[in-house]
Amino acid sequence: MPGPEHYVALSALLFTIGAVGVLVRRNAIVLFMCIELMLNAANLALVTFARLHGDLNGQVMAFFVMVVAAAEVVVGLAIIMLIFRTRRSASVDDSNLLKY
Amino acid sequence: MTVADVLLLGLGAVAVGAGLCVVTTAHLVRAGLYLVVCLGALAGMFLVLTAELVAWVQVLIYVGAVVVLLLFAVMLTRAPIGASGDLDRPGWPGLLVGAGAGLGLAALFVDAYRWTSVSLPDGPDGPGSAGVLGGELFRSWVLPFEVLSVLLLAALVGAIIVSRPDVGASDRGAER
Repeated sequence: MPGPEHYVALSALLFTIGAVGVLVRRNAIVLFMCIELMLNAANLALVTFARLHGDLNGQVMAFFVMVVAAAEVVVGLAIIMLIFRTRRSASVDDSNLLKY
Repeated sequence: MTVADVLLLGLGAVAVGAGLCVVTTAHLVRAGLYLVVCLGALAGMFLVLTAELVAWVQVLIYVGAVVVLLLFAVMLTRAPIGASGDLDRPGWPGLLVGAGAGLGLAALFVDAYRWTSVSLPDGPDGPGSAGVLGGELFRSWVLPFEVLSVLLLAALVGAIIVSRPDVGASDRGAER
């Protein structure tokens, strides 16, 4: 029977992959995918600890994280569409009007 | 090796491999499809951890809705069919910060477990079936649940307002 440390290690690995993706990628939509990856890594840790402690609060939190992630994707994609419409590009490097 | 070992190994390998492909592939659409594989493997892992409802909600919301939305966004923006070469930026600062984050997590992990093995409790300790989770949700998490419904409504209205061209144009015209 694998212990919780295996799941937590996997969660840390997935979170690192997502973080590297956010920092390395340039397209805003791929950035969103990497953020989803990080949120799911956190969910895996939450569900693992819920299983370890035998109560359901962690699972309820994972549930809430999913709903907030869905709301975030909806608003974020609307903003990406607006930026694409005005600047003709989905690359985050082209959205540099606020840059000093 | 027990069944749980094999499942963890297989699903974990699939999730990590698909996650690496999301980060490294040069095809936008393929990144979305690899994300489906990764999230599906994680849903299987939730099932192994007896979080039944969370696993099915994961399949419904993430695989069913979020990834479809992302693919629609890919189609509505530039929609490159083949590989696109400008997806990555010069990588070393990002890689450095990412490796730092990974090292921090690894140090925290080693500090927390110190190479000891903790066994999960056996038996139906945490059955995350819809009935049990719903009871928990409406017994002690009612207020956050209702606040979340308001948040979803606000996100819906906000997305419509942001993406409607006529609303933004008329406002900008009034400003001028």
